[in-house]
Amino acid sequence: MRRAAGVLRDLAAFLAGRAIALVMRLFAAPRTVWVQGGPLARQRIYFANHTSNADLPLIWTVLPPDLRVRTRPVAAADYWLKGPVRAFFGRDVFGAVLVERRPEARGEGEDPMATIRAALDRGDSLIIFPEGRRNETVKKLLPLKAGLFNMALSHPEVELVPVWIENLNKMMPRGEVVPIPLISTIAFGRPMQRAEGEGKDDFLARAREALLALRERATS
Amino acid sequence: MIDLWLLFLFAFGCLTLATVAGGLMRRRAPGSEFVVDWNARVEVWWGMVVVLGLAMLAGFWGVLLLFAFLSFAALREFVTIAHLDRADHWAWAAVFFLALPVQYGLIAADWYGLYSIFLPVYGLVLAPVISVLSGRTKRFLARIGALQMAMMVCIYCVSHVPALVLLDIPGYEGRGVLLVAFLVLVTQGSDVLQYVFGRLYGRHPIAPALSPRKTWEGFWGGTFSAAVLGAMLWWITPFSPLAAALLAFVSVLLGFLSGLVMSAIKRDRGIKDWGHAFPGHGGFLDRMDSVVFAAPVFFHLVRYGWAV
Repeated sequence: MRRAAGVLRDLAAFLAGRAIALVMRLFAAPRTVWVQGGPLARQRIYFANHTSNADLPLIWTVLPPDLRVRTRPVAAADYWLKGPVRAFFGRDVFGAVLVERRPEARGEGEDPMATIRAALDRGDSLIIFPEGRRNETVKKLLPLKAGLFNMALSHPEVELVPVWIENLNKMMPRGEVVPIPLISTIAFGRPMQRAEGEGKDDFLARAREALLALRERATS
Repeated sequence: MIDLWLLFLFAFGCLTLATVAGGLMRRRAPGSEFVVDWNARVEVWWGMVVVLGLAMLAGFWGVLLLFAFLSFAALREFVTIAHLDRADHWAWAAVFFLALPVQYGLIAADWYGLYSIFLPVYGLVLAPVISVLSGRTKRFLARIGALQMAMMVCIYCVSHVPALVLLDIPGYEGRGVLLVAFLVLVTQGSDVLQYVFGRLYGRHPIAPALSPRKTWEGFWGGTFSAAVLGAMLWWITPFSPLAAALLAFVSVLLGFLSGLVMSAIKRDRGIKDWGHAFPGHGGFLDRMDSVVFAAPVFFHLVRYGWAV
C-alpha cells in the first residue's frame, strides 16, 4: 500500500515535470546557448542570476531529463514547505534541497549548509541563485553571497557553471497574473573552479565577472 | 483527394532533387557557404512539407490549428523584439489570449463578415485603449504601433490562410485545402527561386540598406518562374492556367514586399533573425514573412473572382 502510494507520487511528479517543461517551452521558448561543450552528466553547481520566479523551472526545462533527476535546486524551506502543493513541487518534482533560512526554526547548533553538503556528498548537482533573492532593481546583478564560495571550498572537485537568464522577467513582472509568451535566452558558461589558495572576495569577484561576461553573450 | 497525393508526390520529388543536389554540391565544394546554407534550407523544407502535409490530410481543422499555432509563435517573436513596456502587459495579454483565439474562432465559424473586420476595427480600438488605461504616455505612439502591427501581421494576415479552405467555390467543393497548398508552394517556391537566381545571376541590389542579398535579377527570375510554377499547378485550383499564373504573380509580388517590410523592422531593431526556432534558419517569422501580406490579398482576389 505504502509502496503503491510511492509509485503514484513518482508518476504524478513525472507528469507534473513534463507539464512544466511543456508550458515553459510554449511561454518562454528558451534559446539555449552552451558556451563550451554541452550538457554533461558531471557533478556541477549551476549558479544563475535571479530575476523571475520562472528562473528555476526554465533551467530545469533546458537540462536533458537524464540530468534533471540528479540536479536539485537549493531553495528556502519556509517557502517550499508552505502547503501541500508547494511541497509536492518543491520536494517531488524539483527534488529541492531545502535550506532553513530562519534561525528560530533551526535546531540548536544546526548548520543550514548541512543539507547542501549532504547533497553534494551524494554526488547530486545543484542549482543555486547566489544573489540570495530576486533582483528587482535596475542593477544587472546583486552582490553574490558567500554560499557559492563555501561550496567551492568544501567540494573543490565539483564544477561551477555560470548561467545567465535573459528576458524572462518580462514574461510575468511581479504583481501580474497573466504571462506574456516570449523568447528567453539561457546561456551556460565555461565551468570554473576555485583556484588554489583563492580567497572569498577574489573568488566571488571572478564568479561575478563570469556571469556578467555571459550576459554579453546572451544578449548579443 | 487524389490531387493531394499527387501534390505530395510532386513536393517529395522536388525535395528529393534538392537533397540530391545538396549532397552532390557538398562533395564538389565541401564547406562552401552556399552549400551549407542550401542543405540547412532543404532540411527545413522537408519539415515544412511534412507538417503542412499532415495538417492538410487532417482537413480544415488541421490547417486551422497549425496556423493558429504559427500565429502564436510569430507573435511570441514579435513581442520579444518590440520595446515591451510593463504598462502594456495587459494589452499584449489581450492580443495573445483574446484577439488570437477569437479571430481563429470566427474563422472556424466561417463568419466572414466579422473575421474580416474584427481586428481592423475592434482590435484597432481596443489595444490602444487598454494601453492608455495604464496612464503611461512615454513612447505611446511607438508602443501602440507595435501592438497594431503585431495583431495585423501575426494574427489577421496569417489567419487568412485557413480561411481559404472554407471559401465556397462552385465545382471546387471539399478541395479547399489545395488552395492553401497553392499559396504556400508558390510563395515559398518563389523564395527559393529568387534565392537561386540571385546567387546565380544577381548583380544589381534592389534595396542594399534593407536586404543586401535581394537583387533585381533574383527578383525577376524568381517572380516569373514562380508565376510559371503557379500555372503548372492550375490543376489543383479552380483557376484557368493563365489566372493561376497571374494570381501566383500577385502573391509572390506581395510576398516580396512583405519580406522587405519585415526586414526593415529587423533592421530597425538591430537583429538578423526573428528567432532561433530553426537553427541557422531564423525563427517562424523568417519563414513566414513572404506569406503574410500575400495571404489576405490572395484570399480576397479568390473570393471576389471565384467564390459565391
